[in-house]
Amino acid sequence: MTEVLQHIPEVFTAKDLVTDQEVRWCPGCGDYSILKQVQTVMPNLGYKKEEIVFVSGIGCSSRFPYYMDTFGMHSIHGRATAIATGLKTSRPELNVWIVTGDGDALSIGGNHFIHLLRRNLDVNLLLFNNQIYGLTKGQYSPTSVEGQVTKSTPFGSLDHPFNPLALAMGADASFVARSMDRDPKHLQQMIERTAKFKGTSLLEIYQNCNVFNDGAFFTYTDKETKAGEALFVENGKPLIYGEGNNKGIRLNNTTPEIVDLTTGEFSTTDLWVHDEKDYLKSTLLTRFFDSPDLENHFPRPFGVLYAKERPCYEDAVHAQIAYAKEGKEADLDSIIRGRQTWVVK
Amino acid sequence: MTIETKRLNDVVIRFAGDSGDGIQLIGTEFTNATALLQNDLGTFPDFPAEIRAPAGTLAGVSGYQIHFGSHEIHTPGDDCDTLVVMNAAGLKKNVEFLKKGGIIIANEDGFDNKNLRLANIDENDNPLKNGSLDGFSVFTAPITKLTREGIKDFGLGTKETDRSRNMFVLGLISWLYNRPLESSIDFINKKFSKDRTIAEANIKALHIGYSFGETAEMFAERYEILAAPMKPGHYRGITGNQAASLGLVAASQKAGLQLFYGTYPITPASDILHELARHKNFGVITFQAEDEIAAISSTIGASYGGSLGVTASSGPGIDLKSEAMGLAIMLELPLVVINVQRAGPSTGMPTKTEQSDLLLAYFGRHGEAPMPIVAANSPADCFDTIYEACKIAVEFMTPIFFLSDAYLANGAEPWRFPEAKDLDSITPQYAKVDGTATQKYQPYLRDNRLVRQWALPGIKGLENRIGGLEKEDITGNISYDSKNHEKMVRIRAQKVENIAQSLPDLSFDAGAESGKLLILGWGSTYGTIKTACQELKKEGIEVSHAHLRWLNPFPKNLAKILSSFDKVLIPENNTGQLQLLIKGKYMVDAVGLNKIQGQPFTVSEISNKVKELLA
Ligand code: SF4
Repeated sequence: MTEVLQHIPEVFTAKDLVTDQEVRWCPGCGDYSILKQVQTVMPNLGYKKEEIVFVSGIGCSSRFPYYMDTFGMHSIHGRATAIATGLKTSRPELNVWIVTGDGDALSIGGNHFIHLLRRNLDVNLLLFNNQIYGLTKGQYSPTSVEGQVTKSTPFGSLDHPFNPLALAMGADASFVARSMDRDPKHLQQMIERTAKFKGTSLLEIYQNCNVFNDGAFFTYTDKETKAGEALFVENGKPLIYGEGNNKGIRLNNTTPEIVDLTTGEFSTTDLWVHDEKDYLKSTLLTRFFDSPDLENHFPRPFGVLYAKERPCYEDAVHAQIAYAKEGKEADLDSIIRGRQTWVVK
Repeated sequence: MTIETKRLNDVVIRFAGDSGDGIQLIGTEFTNATALLQNDLGTFPDFPAEIRAPAGTLAGVSGYQIHFGSHEIHTPGDDCDTLVVMNAAGLKKNVEFLKKGGIIIANEDGFDNKNLRLANIDENDNPLKNGSLDGFSVFTAPITKLTREGIKDFGLGTKETDRSRNMFVLGLISWLYNRPLESSIDFINKKFSKDRTIAEANIKALHIGYSFGETAEMFAERYEILAAPMKPGHYRGITGNQAASLGLVAASQKAGLQLFYGTYPITPASDILHELARHKNFGVITFQAEDEIAAISSTIGASYGGSLGVTASSGPGIDLKSEAMGLAIMLELPLVVINVQRAGPSTGMPTKTEQSDLLLAYFGRHGEAPMPIVAANSPADCFDTIYEACKIAVEFMTPIFFLSDAYLANGAEPWRFPEAKDLDSITPQYAKVDGTATQKYQPYLRDNRLVRQWALPGIKGLENRIGGLEKEDITGNISYDSKNHEKMVRIRAQKVENIAQSLPDLSFDAGAESGKLLILGWGSTYGTIKTACQELKKEGIEVSHAHLRWLNPFPKNLAKILSSFDKVLIPENNTGQLQLLIKGKYMVDAVGLNKIQGQPFTVSEISNKVKELLA
């Protein structure tokens, strides 16, 4: 059953990925955009439709597999990562996607999340971060900002939130990226990068929950504030942002600094050039996580923050099996017999 | 002095000492030699809970009991004939298991002031000297000193030297019970293949132990136990966990499936992981997950992909897997869940045996979530039972519980092993693409047994979505329709019930098909109940014994069997879990015999209860 399926690109279109199931997200939810961008990019990735599997946990985002006409499993809360681990380990030739949310991946499924990243299976992990529990109707999540007023925190949340990408770097992730529902073009690019990277590729998507946490990321998506708050990074390019690209980030030894490019004191050649294979610098970049309310805060980076391949778990598993097979014939009778036997006549 | 050789029908020997003394090794090697002499046998290792409790203390005592004979043996024996102890703590903890007039062989070096103190015995109250053992035949020897003296030429350090003490003991006992040393020598050579000096020293210690018996003029007699008349065939010795592991490999091979074993280390199930990890040349994937939940979840993922998915744990680990079992029930995927039961709630007594998870297996999931349940009845039977569990899981597209326990997992017995070609076939229920179909693949379409098909990712035309939400019959679409929900609940239950149609009737292990008293057992009580019936028969008391391998569904003829007896006795190592099910389902006023001490029943406990009920 495990014969390798050939990666012969087969023509299917975004429309072929639409199922007959009515999409049940709230009107205006950011999930719609994400679904659309995934369906748009998917036919260009070189996989056959039947090789693609979407595995999700529980939460609004986890309804996703029902709307993709591929193989799919809507599983239980927090465990999509673990289920996908078993699937990919046993069937390495499949193209496996995990769709999860901030509660699913980082709260109830936090343990599996870090272990998936450390093992580095070649799967794609789409983390819809809306900083709230949507499906259970509006409790704070592990990414909700401190002080956030929600149904379960009428006086404001006391929890310190996770910085998901920094957490991922701490778990030795090999691919870490961030995008947003309201920038379809960027999101498509990021989905494509995520899909094409070999290893566990984590794409955090800022997703607006217009019912319970409307506008959580508008600072980064609205015209007025986007340029000054969102830093779009590209490999080999200097870190520039701001209205008319008026600001940059430079590294003063190991300390990042925001510099003004309009005074003539600094030019783009002084800036930190993004190297997505540099673990230490990428780690610094994921630490740009200040609240936009803070004076002199760093902008929030979007794009591929880190991407460096390392061996994948499932490949190692099958290499070890192949090695064992070479050394020893699989003779069932011989292991049933064991070391010492005797005959009764 | 001439030494008489006396012929015995059966013997129970118990080895005890510090867990650092290599007691389990003496036990298993003595067992191997005994198996090769074609005695029937049963063993029971009694591990301490701590890996390395302070040496010499009561908490650190490790034990191993073997019962062997020239006739059928079904238990490791109740009390022992011979107790071999390496130190004072070993004696103190085990002397209660020694028969009146039994033999004690003691390492007197393990009874010095320090060892007495560690065993909480007053220095002036050395049991070897204070007359407290007067009813027994006591043989003592300075085993530590003799070993040191005997192998001093090898130039090993004290620690290494003293480790060979167990081989001295093995040699001595092998002499006493007329066991050849060859298999032990083979074993030593293999174990220390990298260090010849240590191998030679151990072999020497084995020999000096053997000659000590001959020359020390301590023993007036030695013993021989003839081969047992056993069913013709090829035999080996095997523990329950080994048998379960081999059963899994065999099932995966016969079914043509990759075996995926997702687990998390836990006593007493881990040995299955250790065994399977050695068989990667069969394409076996062993996945040591980050926790119990990931262990079962990854396994469900592998089952979804078309592997034979197996997860294993014990007590607390099974609790953690409950939610995912519910998912597997909804997905209707093959999945084998192994529970090597251990004693007590929470952490309880991890190394001790109990049958206390039957109701957990039945009811331990929310909603209406039935799972088939099978239980093995002896160490070797773990092979057949888990093989059957795999077959049913794959052919009925269902998760299934396989129950074993610490007693079966670690106990050993001779196994008349099968040939691979004679094993039952296992047929996966694959979905096939119908080229003429006009509609999409329907994942919850069923055959007449109510079994759905296995639609593997990668096959064009079978794309479908499944999940934990209630689904519409046939299409598998999400459905909150109230009537549909009731229908699906009943379908899932009926599918499990339907398994009974493909199972053989329950048969009797002893006695007539009707009468005054039926002993109904399940799981590891088998050997003890069987022996009790045999002994009662010798006394002229005839009782019937039937033993359940299938606990859900129950065999079709169980109702009829139950109604054919005046009384039904159900012995269990729990407070009466099968008893509750039988009472509830069949309205039979079954009587329980319950022991919850982390120890299996003794034969006399069963037979005394029978006599009481028949009085
Ligand atoms: S609750 Fe929020 S996240 Fe959920 S579907 Fe509605 S808008 Fe989207």
